[in-house]
Amino acid sequence: MTSTLRNPVTEQDHSTGNPHAEMILVEYGDYQCPHCGIAHPFIKKLLKEFKGEFRFIFRNFPLQESHPMAMMAALASEAAGKQSKFWEMHDIIFEHQRSLSPDAILHFADKLKLNETQFEKDLRNKELLEKVEDDMEGGLRSGVNGTPTFFLNGKKVNSYDESYDSLAALFR
Amino acid sequence: MILQKGTIAPDFELYTTPDQKLKLSDFKGKRLILAFYPADWSPVCSDQMSLYNETLRLFHKYNAEILGISVDSKWCHMAFEENRNLHFPLLADFEPKGEVSRRYGAYDEETGESLRALFVIDEKGIIRWSHLSPDSVNPGADGILDALEEMDKTK
Repeated sequence: MTSTLRNPVTEQDHSTGNPHAEMILVEYGDYQCPHCGIAHPFIKKLLKEFKGEFRFIFRNFPLQESHPMAMMAALASEAAGKQSKFWEMHDIIFEHQRSLSPDAILHFADKLKLNETQFEKDLRNKELLEKVEDDMEGGLRSGVNGTPTFFLNGKKVNSYDESYDSLAALFR
Repeated sequence: MILQKGTIAPDFELYTTPDQKLKLSDFKGKRLILAFYPADWSPVCSDQMSLYNETLRLFHKYNAEILGISVDSKWCHMAFEENRNLHFPLLADFEPKGEVSRRYGAYDEETGESLRALFVIDEKGIIRWSHLSPDSVNPGADGILDALEEMDKTK
């Protein structure tokens, strides 16, 4: 089976860290997946410890049948992205992963001082839905079989074992 | 060894619900994905079936349906489907136990369970791709999608 990223990183991707770094770490994640919740602080720590050394991309992979709030959370991050607050929404969702609800998401938008009318409109924006579905399709084509799945410079990371060290080892 | 590419897919007729059976010929003119797996409820199988659940939209885009097959009974399948919100049929290779899995070379005599094997069957009932995974490895959907795409190209 292939273990390479089929759809290359583009400007459409949500990216943080050093935009010019040679190392690019891509995560396929689901906001309601507890394993992604475990990985979230690891990524934050990596971005600090290896500051400037890599670029981090997050792509949505919402497993909707298992996680009823996953799609709405994915759309919320994309909608916040429209107001340049993708990563702020990304963080707040993961930090409150266990209490996600439509109300909670509207509350996050309020906390991030997003334009509420626009945000609610974007939650129903077809283009954003297609973007999430495209992310998902690209992940499926690349052999993502669960979340989180990481790719470093296009190659699937098989060494991650839910520990910070297993991720940090990629950069040491 | 599991049946390989180019083989005619062996027929089957198995229970999918307590009062309904499905057979291979029901899918003539469509592409069919058969996903044999060891057991309902086991962690890897659950992840694999949940993943296919999310991939249904894509499978349909390629005119393909998917069936899961294990030796679990129809009642067990029903509970598993309900619990995991599965939207595709699971077939019970229950009596005679493992008969269909054996026909596809996908039966483990030692454990008495189906192997984790995938088959993509074309509109005419010919196997166009097959893959055997270790029991502990979720094969994902990429191999299936690649096979379906390849079939589109060579049509």
